[in-house]
Order: sequence, then structure tokens, then C-alpha cells
Amino acid sequence: MHESDTLLRLAGVHTHIGEYHILQGVDLAVPRGGVTVLLGRNGAGKTTTLRTIMGLWHASAGTLSFDGTDITRAETPGIARRGIAFVPEDMGIFGGLTVQENLRLAAIGGAFDEARLEWIFGLFPALERFWLRPGGLLSGGQKQMLAIARAIVEPRKLLLIDEPTKGLAPAIVQNLADAFTELKARDTTILLVEQNFNFVRSLGDHVAVMDDGRVVHTGSMAELSSDEGLQARLLGLQMAAEA
Amino acid sequence: MSATPATPAPAVEALAALPGRKTDLIPAVVIVAFALLALPLVGSASTWITLTLAALAMGMMLFIMASGMTLVFGLMDVMNLGHAAFVAIGAYAATSFARPLSPWLDSGSAVENVAAVGVVALAAMLATAVVGWVFERLFIKPAQGNHLKQILITIGAMIIIEQLLLVLWGANQMMLPLPTALRGALVFGDVAVERYRLVSVGVGLLVFAGLSLMLARTRIGLLIRAGVENREMVEALGYRIRRLFVAVFVASAGLAGLGGTMWGFYREQFTVSIGAEVLVQILIVVIIGGLGSVTGCFAAAILIALGTNYVSFLAPDFALVSNIVVMMLVLLWRPRGLCPLATQ
Repeated sequence: MHESDTLLRLAGVHTHIGEYHILQGVDLAVPRGGVTVLLGRNGAGKTTTLRTIMGLWHASAGTLSFDGTDITRAETPGIARRGIAFVPEDMGIFGGLTVQENLRLAAIGGAFDEARLEWIFGLFPALERFWLRPGGLLSGGQKQMLAIARAIVEPRKLLLIDEPTKGLAPAIVQNLADAFTELKARDTTILLVEQNFNFVRSLGDHVAVMDDGRVVHTGSMAELSSDEGLQARLLGLQMAAEA
Repeated sequence: MSATPATPAPAVEALAALPGRKTDLIPAVVIVAFALLALPLVGSASTWITLTLAALAMGMMLFIMASGMTLVFGLMDVMNLGHAAFVAIGAYAATSFARPLSPWLDSGSAVENVAAVGVVALAAMLATAVVGWVFERLFIKPAQGNHLKQILITIGAMIIIEQLLLVLWGANQMMLPLPTALRGALVFGDVAVERYRLVSVGVGLLVFAGLSLMLARTRIGLLIRAGVENREMVEALGYRIRRLFVAVFVASAGLAGLGGTMWGFYREQFTVSIGAEVLVQILIVVIIGGLGSVTGCFAAAILIALGTNYVSFLAPDFALVSNIVVMMLVLLWRPRGLCPLATQ
């Protein structure tokens, strides 16, 4: 892969949380455009990888670069302003703020781009319906929509999304899949952590599988989707059974 | 601070029928009921009115002193037990700023009196805010994230500041007399209402309105409300919350300084322990109000002041413990405080 085709690169990244050595030399290249899926069992280090990229935890060794710039020691606000948006596993919705206020906070520029807002309402009609409702009163699916809408209310180069389908009804999951498909069509690069293989097999373009704090496999989603043996070996019997 | 431009809500017929923000009136009802419950116990309507108005005035001053602390506690997760030092600094600074304005303070003109008190209060507030900035750099920043360290450092800082006040202003009692226009009382039948208490209530209501509007209508207010809920997510959205921390801390110190000035004028004579004397009440107000909640702080300050005044009148021996009893009862009823902030 050409370096210019790589939007995000992690090279030999180690992350310690207290005395725990979570990431043990992660090498990951996220191509520009499309969806890269980060798969792995619980405790493999997927969330830690996203949080390290976002600067919420700092790498104790190794380097991270984004769009050609070293972000290894960058602070979280600076990383966000470089064009990386983060949707954490708990969604990070401000429950006391309305849908409008949650989105307004994400619009760093100050004012909404009305056309972009209309596009977001097209993806997630519920947000328009519940515009003045406090975020804490939304359902789980609506909160996830709001979290994703907040990440895209302004154009971003890279979206980091952590397990967006966790605990959601199938109808909502389909809504999210449609939204991600449309984001892909708009050349948004997405790094998606998921355990729901069915959700990502038609959505993802590239895949990286993590285990014990390292990336143990990279390749195309098409290759992994078509090889059940590889799925079972990399993802374990449980995930293969879910697929 | 810039006002956020209002974006009209999308036109959806069902929007009006959907639950939006619910205004929780129960704490207000409880406070009014508590006050009315004291009426038959006090026995005399005029005495009850006097006690209640005195409590409202004290409550407003408590609120002003505590309001900044609740934001600091809620937003920065900082336990600043040195907050009382800012109250003392405000009172002491006011004595110095009052001296050059003594012709206006001593004049017979109500306009000059009020203007002078206003200038003294603002100057003391600003001076305390500057000290707050230094305090944050020296004592708060190094202890960020460690509550035990914060408690120890800030208690130590308060002792240091009190000693510095003694060095700079001397060990004698400080005098901050009220000007003529704010002395005395207005008489309504059997009820005498001290003029300064009315001023205190007015200032307290202004501060509450100002803080509430700031939080609800400005971008900084939005950031503070979001930061109280989830600091990490605010940073992940691209905001350098550290700068907001410092601004909130400095404002908190300034508000405490304003409260100290008002409290100093109310007392007219005080020592360096003027802040320490109200620290426990401030902490109780912050806790039972709900961490980070300005509305809760407002309600709690009134409740504590009412309880203190009524109990001091009815059973003086129990005055000190009444605040603790009120705190226990409130927390048993609402463990997160009277008006807790919404969470995800």
C-alpha cells in the first residue's frame, strides 16, 4: 500500500494502563476511504487501540501517524481537530443536553451547515423528531444515532466507532448499516470495532483481527467472509457460530 | 462569551406532545413547605417573616459563595477545601478597596453609597479571581486527579492564605461598616426588613439568573454542562477543557470573593476565620444541591439557611447540628442531591 493511501498508521504501539500492558506492539495501517473493521474477542485490545489513537491513553512505545503527521504525543483535542471523530462504546452522549445541544457542541465551527444537517436527518429521522429532547431520555438506538450524527455533523477525515450495534434491535442495526454505507459513498474513512460479524461482513472493506494486544491478521473483508476456516481460526468458534 | 444562535426546531407536529425537559418542582415545594411548617412553631407571623427574610439573605450569600465551588467540584472533580480562603480574601480585599471610597461610603447620598459598595464588591471579586488563578496554578493543577492530595494541599493552602492575610492586614478585627443608605430597616406593619438583607437577596437572585442564563444560553455554558457530565468526551470533540477548568476555577474564586465581601458588609466586623466559619455550610450546600448543579446549589442554600435560622430561634442548642440533620434527610430522600444533573 502506498504511504499516501494510508490515512492512519500505528507502528509497534504499546499501551500500558497502570501496571497492565494492554497493547503489545500493534501494527495497523488504515487505508484512506472505506471501512476498516477491527475484530477480536473481548479483551483483545480493540477499544484500547481506539482510545490510544484518540490520545485518551498515551502509547508507551511506538508511533502513531495520521495523514502524514505524527500524533503519538498529541493531546486529544488536537487529534480531534485534525479531523478524527470518536464514537465510544458507551456512546458518550451528554444526557442533560438536548439532541440540538449535543450536535451544536460537535459543530466546532459554531453554526450548523444546514444542508449537512438535512442529510443527517435523512440518515436518522428520529433526531429531527426528538430535536429538543434531552439526550438522556432517548432510547439506546436513538442515542447511538445521535452519537454517530455528532461525529459527522462536520466533515471528518476519520471516524473511530466502537461497537455501535451493541445491545441494539435488528431494525436499528440495519439503520446504522445503511448510514455507514452512505458514509462510505461519501469517501469517509471509518475504523470500526465490532463483534457482530454479520453486521460488518457486507460493510467492511478491510479487516484487522486483534488478539492479546496485537494485530494477528490483516486482509480484505471479502477474503475473510468467504473463508469459514479462517473465520473460525481467527475469531473463535463463538463468533463463527454467530456468523 | 458568545450567545449561541438559536436554530429553529424542525417543524414536526408531534414535537409539542413529546416530553422534553421536565422542570422538577419538588425541591421548591419542599422548601416552601418547610418554611410554612416553621410558621406555627415560631408562633408569630411577623417573627416568622423576619426569620425567613433573614434566612433568604443568608441563603443568597451562601449560594454566591458555594455556586462556584459546585461547578469546580462537578466540572473539574476537584475537592478544594481551601475555597473558604477566597471568602476571606474577598472580605479583606473589600476593606482595602473601601478605604479610598470612604467619602462615598460615608456620604448621605444613597446613590453614592450603593455605587461605592458596588465598586468595592466588584474590585474585591476581581482581586479574589486573580488570587484564584495563582491558587489554581500552585495548588490545584499539581493535585489533579488525586482527591486525597487535593484535600491535603487545599487545606494547607487555606492555612497559608489565612496567615498571609494576618501578615498583610494585621491580627486585629477588620471593620467593614455598611454605608448609611444600607443600614436600618424598612418597616411594614409589625415586620422590620433590614435594607441590606433585601440587597443581598437582589444580588443573589441576579447571580443565580446570570449563571443560569450563561449555562443555558452560551457556548461556554454548554461546554460547562457537557464537561460536568463527561470531560473526556468534551475533549474528544476538540475542546481544550483544561482552559475551561482554569476559567471556571477563577470565576469560582471571584464568586466566593463576592460572597465574602457581602458577608463582610453584613457582619461589619470579622476576623480571618470569616471563611472557615462558613466552610462546612458551603460544603453541605454543594453536596445536597447536587454536584455541578447551580439550581441545586441555589435551592440547597435557601434550605440550609432556613433550617439554621428557624432552629437558632426555636432551639439554639441544636443550631449547629441542624445543618447536618438537614443534609442527612435530603441525602436519604435524594442521594444525588436536590437537583442532580442528568446523566447519560
